[in-house]
Amino acid sequence: MFALFAVLELASDPDRQLSTSDIADKYGISAHHLAKVMRNLVQEGLAQAMRGAGGGYRFAGNVNRTTLLDVIQLFEKMDSELDMPNNWSHASDPIVTELQCISNEIDNLTKAVLDTITLATALKNTRHRTESAIPIPLPKA
Amino acid sequence: MKDTISIRNALPSDLAGVIELDKLGSKEEKPDSWRKIFSHYVATGKNDRLFLVAEANGKVVGFIVGEVRAWEFGSPSCGWVFAVAVSPKVRETGIGRRMFDEISVRLKQSGVTTVRTMVDRDSKETLSFFRSLGLRTGRYIELEKQID
Repeated sequence: MFALFAVLELASDPDRQLSTSDIADKYGISAHHLAKVMRNLVQEGLAQAMRGAGGGYRFAGNVNRTTLLDVIQLFEKMDSELDMPNNWSHASDPIVTELQCISNEIDNLTKAVLDTITLATALKNTRHRTESAIPIPLPKA
Repeated sequence: MKDTISIRNALPSDLAGVIELDKLGSKEEKPDSWRKIFSHYVATGKNDRLFLVAEANGKVVGFIVGEVRAWEFGSPSCGWVFAVAVSPKVRETGIGRRMFDEISVRLKQSGVTTVRTMVDRDSKETLSFFRSLGLRTGRYIELEKQID
């Protein structure tokens, strides 16, 4: 999730430079962990580290060609959390097989969602949410 | 000069163009299927059955087909889009969006406020297209089984 926060935040304004602490503070996440994530994003070409005063990062990817799954898979395998046994007796095969089948179903559905939402689509939906948010009325003087 | 592209109701004379365009995407020619669809959706006078084409220079460069369906799978009336295609030559020019927007307007005029579609999980491009238009996973789950 840290990587998604960072990538979407940077991509929402590609001309803007943000530091690791800017992003960590905004989302209430560990700047230490985020720093590692940012290094990976730079290595994979999704972010560019800016030199000079201020430093920080800028978005460097392609919002129309990068999906949420592309970002997530830089950091983890998308397999579900069901732990399958490494050594089991043949007697338990049908149960293990059924659970593997269910696990595959979950994984396939999850991947089908994440792999078809581009950064552009996610950001468009974010803008709609911002535009349709009900403004908080100012307190009366 | 850029071609002007218009979105209009399909005419019986569009059948060959639609078959040709569909063949580009599915790699299969299905003239009988399209003839049946045309007889059901084209020039019927029914405003809850919609077959729109995108036309450029007299040629069909896109189509979208949908209708209002009521109480299928327990769902109140809603609009369904069950076919869409855009010629590879004019993709990423907004034609798909324009056709979808127009069919959505027509569906709303027919009294529905939800539009649905179903897409093969492996059709990443089509899924991404619909998601870019604001569609999200709906409340219904498609289930299936091979009949022995």
